[in-house]
Amino acid sequence: MRRYLARRLLQAAGVVLFVTTLSFALIHLAPGDPIAAALSGSRVSETVRNQWRAEFGLDRPIAEQYVKWVANAARGRLGYSFSRRQPVSDVLRDALPRTLVLALPALLLSFALGITVGVLQAERPRSARDRWLGRVLLALYSVPDFWLALVALLLFSYRVRLFPPGGLTDPVLYDYMSPREQLVDRLRHLVLPVITLTLLTAASVARYQRGALLSVLPSAWMRTALAKGVSWRSAVRRHALRNALLPVITLFGLSLPAFAAGTVFIEKVFSWPGMGLVTVNAIAARDYHLVTAGVLVMSVMVVIATVLTDLAVAAADPRVRLS
Amino acid sequence: MTAPLLEIESLRTYFYTDAGVARAVDGVSLRVDAGETVGVVGESGCGKSVTALSILRLILPPGRIEAGSAIRFEDKNLLEMTEREVQRVRGNRISMVFQEPMTALNPVFTVGDQIAEVARIHAGMSKRDAAAKAVEMLKLVGIPAPEQRANEYPHQLSGGMRQRVVIAMALVMNPALVIADEPTTALDVTIQAQILELLADLTRRLGTSVLLITHDLGVVAEHCTRVIVMYAGEVVEETITTGLFSAAHHPYTEGLLGAMPRIGRHAERLATIPGTVPPPTAWPVGCRFRDRCQYAWDRCEREHPPLYQIDVAHVSRCHLAEEPERRAHPHPPLAAERGASAA
Ligand SMILES: Nc1ncnc2c1ncn2[C@@H]1O[C@H](COP(=O)(O)OP(=O)(O)OP(=O)(O)O)[C@@H](O)[C@H]1O
Ligand SMILES: [Mg+2]
Repeated sequence: MRRYLARRLLQAAGVVLFVTTLSFALIHLAPGDPIAAALSGSRVSETVRNQWRAEFGLDRPIAEQYVKWVANAARGRLGYSFSRRQPVSDVLRDALPRTLVLALPALLLSFALGITVGVLQAERPRSARDRWLGRVLLALYSVPDFWLALVALLLFSYRVRLFPPGGLTDPVLYDYMSPREQLVDRLRHLVLPVITLTLLTAASVARYQRGALLSVLPSAWMRTALAKGVSWRSAVRRHALRNALLPVITLFGLSLPAFAAGTVFIEKVFSWPGMGLVTVNAIAARDYHLVTAGVLVMSVMVVIATVLTDLAVAAADPRVRLS
Repeated sequence: MTAPLLEIESLRTYFYTDAGVARAVDGVSLRVDAGETVGVVGESGCGKSVTALSILRLILPPGRIEAGSAIRFEDKNLLEMTEREVQRVRGNRISMVFQEPMTALNPVFTVGDQIAEVARIHAGMSKRDAAAKAVEMLKLVGIPAPEQRANEYPHQLSGGMRQRVVIAMALVMNPALVIADEPTTALDVTIQAQILELLADLTRRLGTSVLLITHDLGVVAEHCTRVIVMYAGEVVEETITTGLFSAAHHPYTEGLLGAMPRIGRHAERLATIPGTVPPPTAWPVGCRFRDRCQYAWDRCEREHPPLYQIDVAHVSRCHLAEEPERRAHPHPPLAAERGASAA
């Protein structure tokens, strides 16, 4: 166990370093720079621009800038965001929790829903129930995410005014609310984006779970369970599911960092300024430090998710030993 | 005569596959009395396992037990029970020991849990009582350090150990009948005898009847009082074990015994039976064994033989029962000739 953790940490450090280096290089090599992006259309002269470039060290060779960035990052200083005109750490401090508060409930709900639907389908393969659920899933699976988000908005915010049309809180009244009302307001703003994201993800989880279950149902130990007098239902839900959860746990681990990266379309449609929007805008603005910091956060998430997945699989499958 | 414990009457189990209807079990009748061990032998694919699974109604689609079949156990027809009622029989009054100890146990549960589950389902035991029962059962089947072993997972046990666990699981509720489907085929030769001895010893002590499926006639000789020979989804011969070895009637049984033909003119040994079992989707009309039979004549092609009474408690599905003189004229079977001309 200790050896496993040590090896994992070493690997993690390597991965993080590699990924950030790569993204640092790529964003610097992309045409344009933060000064040009920030001042596009304005009539500031080239001499002044170059002055500013020199001031921020942007005229130095990439390697030198990189070493400086790493040295700073190691001390927790992630640099300055040109496009937002604030320290990168402040940007992340706002955006990351917003993304997580949306992504974590959606992730948990989508797996709970997806696993349940997968079990209901696999319990009676090719039954009417299986086929109908399958059709619904296929529909969810194939619609573009922004489309579903828009439909959700249209139906439950404009047609029926059940939920606010987007944003984190009520733009006008929030400041005048009691703490209790503020909490309710925040939750109401969460509902539509969480549900949309949940449905989209649950569709793939359910397909995956159904397949995993169907592949273990013919196992000899299933027949043993039935021969013991276990009902079909509990044979599927207890014996088969415990085995068929293993690949789904891995899928969960893979989804975790993707969710933490933010979901650009959902964030866009619901005006939810999370990591997805921040990163996309930062790339457009050639906001070097913000992009690299975003990638850094992402790669750390990947590492955390991988370790958690390994631990979860080892806990669920007695045959797996961490080494 | 006492009522039999298990009585199967013209059991038909068909599989509706893309290749056609596989008549895997095609009119099997058999009987197991209380306390007796009955052997079922036959080549691979003759329907032994399907018969066993049918008894507990464990046939899954595309398989189906056809109407007109009856499986009476303790005076009730299992085929007329609701699914719930059958569940109360499975693992409780009738239990099974399967062939593959490597895969018959669920890899993600401890062996203790898997044994305890039986006690929890059928005796409604609490978690703790069931766990204690599991340890007791592990001790009964001769597993050393049972308290520790109960907490281990199947992959931590050897094949022989696992089969002991499966036997323990089968005996938790002290069932009236154990169906053992080639319980030792997958094991080391050295361990096979131990496991069979264990099963025989425990069932003798508990008074359990056993339906022992095997392809090993030595096992039959040692453990069974009666033996049923199956071929192509049918019973072709049934007799008391001693009778089988001294007076087998059906040519297929003779082939299995690798015996000399009983009328001593034909001196060469039949090492193996030429040819193979026909596919269950296309059983031949007439006698299903005729292509591989050294006595077959035209009648065998036309007329499907019934089970002829040969002796008390001895039946055989062969027309030789009516025309015994034909034993004097063996000839190379069709399958052997075909094999020779193909080679
Ligand atoms: N699920 C199934 N689908 C289609 N056919 C099946 C199925 N299960 C069994 N059969 C057919 O039923 C026939 C009898 O099979 P069974 O397993 O009973 O043979 P067996 O006598 O137990 O042989 P073995 O000695 O190899 O265990 C086989 O020919 C097989 O093709
Ligand atoms: Mg078999």
